[in-house]
Amino acid sequence: MKALLSGNEAIARGAYECGVRFAAGYPGTPSTEILEEFSRYEGVYAEWSPNEKVALEVGIGAALAGEKALVTMKHVGLNVAADPLFTVSYTGINGALVIVSADDPSMHSSQNEQDNRNYAKFAKVPLLEPADSEEASRFVKLAFALSKEFDTPVILRTTTRVSHSKGIVELKEPEPYVDNRMIELNAAKYVMVPAMARQRRLEVEKRMQALKAFAETFPENRLEMANPEIGIITAGMCYNYAKSQFPDFSYLKLGMVHPLPVQLIRDFASRVKRIYVIEELDPFIEEQVKALGIEVMGKERFPYTGEFDPGIVYESITGKKIPVLAPPDVALPPRPPNLCPGCPHRGLFYILGKLKVFVTGDIGCYTLAFMKPLEGLHSCICMGASIGMAHGMSQALKEKGRGKIVGVIGDSTFLHSGIPPLMNVAYNKGEAVIVICDNRTTAMTGMQDHPGTGFTLQGAATKAVSYEALGKVLGLDSVRVVDPYNLEETERVLKEELNRPGSSLVISRRACVLYRREGERKEPFWVAEEKCIGCRRCLDIGCPALSWIDFSGLPEGSYKKVAKKQKGRAVIDPDACTGCSVCAQLCKSKAIVQG
Amino acid sequence: MTTRERAQSILLAGVGGQGILKASDIICTAIMYEGLDVKKSEVHGMAQRGGSVTSHVRYGEKVFSPVAARGEVDVFASFELLESLRYIEYLKHSSKVILNNFRVNPPAVNLGVMDYPENVPQLWRERVAQVEVVDARSMAKEAGNFRAENVVMVGVLARMLPVKKETWERVLEEFFPGTLKDVNLKAFYLGYRFSPA
Repeated sequence: MKALLSGNEAIARGAYECGVRFAAGYPGTPSTEILEEFSRYEGVYAEWSPNEKVALEVGIGAALAGEKALVTMKHVGLNVAADPLFTVSYTGINGALVIVSADDPSMHSSQNEQDNRNYAKFAKVPLLEPADSEEASRFVKLAFALSKEFDTPVILRTTTRVSHSKGIVELKEPEPYVDNRMIELNAAKYVMVPAMARQRRLEVEKRMQALKAFAETFPENRLEMANPEIGIITAGMCYNYAKSQFPDFSYLKLGMVHPLPVQLIRDFASRVKRIYVIEELDPFIEEQVKALGIEVMGKERFPYTGEFDPGIVYESITGKKIPVLAPPDVALPPRPPNLCPGCPHRGLFYILGKLKVFVTGDIGCYTLAFMKPLEGLHSCICMGASIGMAHGMSQALKEKGRGKIVGVIGDSTFLHSGIPPLMNVAYNKGEAVIVICDNRTTAMTGMQDHPGTGFTLQGAATKAVSYEALGKVLGLDSVRVVDPYNLEETERVLKEELNRPGSSLVISRRACVLYRREGERKEPFWVAEEKCIGCRRCLDIGCPALSWIDFSGLPEGSYKKVAKKQKGRAVIDPDACTGCSVCAQLCKSKAIVQG
Repeated sequence: MTTRERAQSILLAGVGGQGILKASDIICTAIMYEGLDVKKSEVHGMAQRGGSVTSHVRYGEKVFSPVAARGEVDVFASFELLESLRYIEYLKHSSKVILNNFRVNPPAVNLGVMDYPENVPQLWRERVAQVEVVDARSMAKEAGNFRAENVVMVGVLARMLPVKKETWERVLEEFFPGTLKDVNLKAFYLGYRFSPA
């Protein structure tokens, strides 16, 4: 049977079809749907781990116990999981272990666009790269077979365009699960103390040699000989872009990007006159081919940054611009991402902006609070960075920074990597105020559960972390809870904590409006025309449900002026308003009313 | 230099919440049932409710790229007027353009900082061969639910695709089981039978 699957759905399906029943990961665009999809198959175990390092270690454990384990994450997640990755490369695995790294060229939803093919070379593990959904489903099976055969973790690398595009996949009858579970004692292989690691280090090099030989005959490293004038060496989605524009060129399409098939590349080079290497981001293949002494064109023509598309490939190779229709002579108002109407972060960041503190931020929806009009967040580096940075700033500034530094982190991000830095604030006698924006879910990636929600990925009720209790046992001097829908309380508590010596943790608790279990929609508010003086104060929170009616364009008599020099008034979209009341609390003329 | 692959390209554009991704899923499934190759692409993630959304669909005997090159789109359906203007570079003189006569003000317009572009259909008529302006939202209301706006747009587009009527009906029944079926079939046919004034 044929089905239309995304790359991510195809990976989940392929894994299930080849008998994988164990998976772990941490959500992150563009990888999230792999595990969500996999978790719905019959008889599987799938978990959201608190972070990618834990997920990989869980996968290693399962593989050690004989299972075929799938571990999924976004590209930056592999930074978090890098520590176990580099050493599991030495120990090898017992069952099979495939790590999906979903890269994000162009940073559609990420803080950087690192090229994770480099990890394969760095950690000395093989890497496969599918070009579409059909290959994604097939390559995940090949990756598991490779892992088993060579006793190595295997990276399956996708990009956003592969993960989130859909194509036709032939669904196969799933292979029956084979129970190979065991407990094996093998200290020489699994205890990486120096003496034994030195032995395993040699095994890694032997394995790389064997993999290099394997790559030469791996059928997914494919020659497609046509026009001998121009040859293309490429992998992943770039292959499709090139084929769509230049179907008549000759191709060396690489399914395995590390290690490279050296002889096959030499053979291809001898059969074509001119070669282009087409790859997004780093010149990963190009540099290795050039090191073989083969002349190729790569980054001389193609961009180093951003994802490609068929047009970029066409223009880079031909040197010609694609003719396009004349753009209209009008400025197009943008539609930037924004916090939703009723988002609990809005009240908190309005107050933080008002208090004029420096806010170290983190990864989540609330990062958007850096924008006008809130401008309540002033840094964002990586998961968990807010707390360490707030502490570092406040220790460096000493009395100059007292009462002026706040670190803000979401609940899922806090559990991901915020606990050690929070412990550090207490341990090293920090003064910064740390705020957990507890919206009860992993909102930005689409409402995934985490150890604070009380539910597992597969929907079972479970224990939920108490941030209050955790703050206390870590040794914070003060732990407070506020409701960010209550501006007066939020401002008062934050001020008290900023003015108090010692470390403090404030939990800003209110469920995401989109969260199915706890999010709530109340009666919408509306603007009483006879009371609104047009002061625009309510617009300071940047709520998409609120807009401005300008009187200047309206016919006389169709509007009412309350104040003398009034230029317009606010209006609320009743379909968008969730009744959170934050704007009403700001209105001095009590013009915003409910019901 | 050489010929490009012989696939047709459709582009859908609009605003988050208008059901664009569902519309492109419906279109792709119908094309797949006709035995053709098909791929589609869109980027999820930070595009939340109210953000700009696009979906590329490409079909033919064999499809490589899930996205069209600039200047390559054959049929463009924009679910919102302003949004259509963001993707002009993907079109060519011979493209067919379907415009939903519907306006969603972006924040800068709501706050009175920028103007919403006027005469969008005219801007398109000056550039491409065929422009059809559809009131998909009113047609969806006529069918029984304004949310079926996306299915009206699919209906309008369907007239330009190599898919049989029975196939569309089969796909719509799969996508909208039970009580949703009637409204969506009605919405589809309002679009399918639409003739531009």
